Amino acid sequence: MEQRITTRLGDGSRVEMTPGEIRSDIEAGIAAGAKRAKVEPLTQNEVDHLVEIFTAPGRFASVEPGEEVVLSSDGTCGLPRPATAEQLLIYQDAFGSDTLEMASLDYSYKAVKTIASEVAQAMKMAQLELVAPAQYGAMPDLGRYSRPDGPFPNWSELLPLGRIDEARAAQEEAIEASIDDICYVADELWAAGTDGMDFDTAAAAGDGDFLATLRATETLRARCPHLGIQLGMASEMVLGMHGELEYKGRRLAGMWPLDQLRVVQEAGATVFGPAVNVNTTKSVAWNVARTITIIKPCVAEAQIPVHPNVGMGVCGVPMSGFPPHDALGRVSRALVQVLGADGL
Amino acid sequence: MHAAHAIASGMGGMRTAGDLVGRTQMTLGMRLKDGKRYVAEKLGVSELDLVDPIVMREVRRELGLGLIPVEQGSFPDEPGAIEAKFNISRLLDIPINSVERFKARAGLD
Repeated sequence: MEQRITTRLGDGSRVEMTPGEIRSDIEAGIAAGAKRAKVEPLTQNEVDHLVEIFTAPGRFASVEPGEEVVLSSDGTCGLPRPATAEQLLIYQDAFGSDTLEMASLDYSYKAVKTIASEVAQAMKMAQLELVAPAQYGAMPDLGRYSRPDGPFPNWSELLPLGRIDEARAAQEEAIEASIDDICYVADELWAAGTDGMDFDTAAAAGDGDFLATLRATETLRARCPHLGIQLGMASEMVLGMHGELEYKGRRLAGMWPLDQLRVVQEAGATVFGPAVNVNTTKSVAWNVARTITIIKPCVAEAQIPVHPNVGMGVCGVPMSGFPPHDALGRVSRALVQVLGADGL
Repeated sequence: MHAAHAIASGMGGMRTAGDLVGRTQMTLGMRLKDGKRYVAEKLGVSELDLVDPIVMREVRRELGLGLIPVEQGSFPDEPGAIEAKFNISRLLDIPINSVERFKARAGLD
């Protein structure tokens, strides 16, 4: 009888699989990713490597000495207590974080604008106490600019009614407001001494959200040559909520990680964070294989570091606020050893 | 979640040279291999030394690059926090925003 290995599904639940079943899942995940993103499948050596990672005994998995990568984060250190600078010190001193991120509970630049002077003061104080590079992060969050949360007509309501032109016009107005808010907050943080800005879950509201982020990046790069700019995506493909938006002649709707990387680099970001959605009913092995297949062309071509997002529910990490360590270690190892990520 | 990734694949932050290589990515946009090579050359150590907390604690102490104070050893008379960042910026030849602001506001330029 074939050995059975305890592994996980995309929702984090335990499941037992044979090595043969894990290999089949990995091959199926690769095929699904290659078909969806129209990219090449992984090589046989890469398949074997993934099988080794997901069938290895042991509760935890890790890379080999010398293969370590730089870790970044998103949405951390925004809890009500302890004070923000103290949370950053815990990440720096206790967790051994390579880079740090300050954030606010309402993780949206539109919301942060109203307290920009407060977060800038917190950043200034934190920078005096920290050694590790510390950036500020939030979401561009274009959806927050539509009614009832924002001033512009709600394109999600207009589109089902067939009022396409109005939906597009509303998004175009929202893009300008979003760029203003992102740059306002970034200017405050830059003056306070931040090492960088993180635009996290870009394109969460589709191609308009992505365009606002790219144009804000371009503006800030021109103003602040040494500002770190990390641009992380919300999902694997940019949704065409507008459908006709372009950045420097490239249509944004329908972009997959390789094309996303190209415009992100062109806009002037220093770190790119692709995201691949997790299927909660498939195994972690299937999800990781699919993730690596989709992102691999992007890592091969990148001129800036690529940090795949490995928070809950993306790039193979189970969709849980408390993802199990046996799954996390294997995701980490696979993304570094098989994908060749520069960081996570 | 962050702690699990840190143990599985992270460089170790200030325990090692993770924060220094992190600056090559965040500020200079260098890819990992280039960043590790850059920092190793500037510090005069091997790339494997960059992730060795025993080696790096001595290197960081010698060069004034900041240390994590622990019960078994704190160094109140050596560079810490913003002071260490002055040394990091100079040694790695990487502009650090908070250091530049400090110099300008304290009239040190």
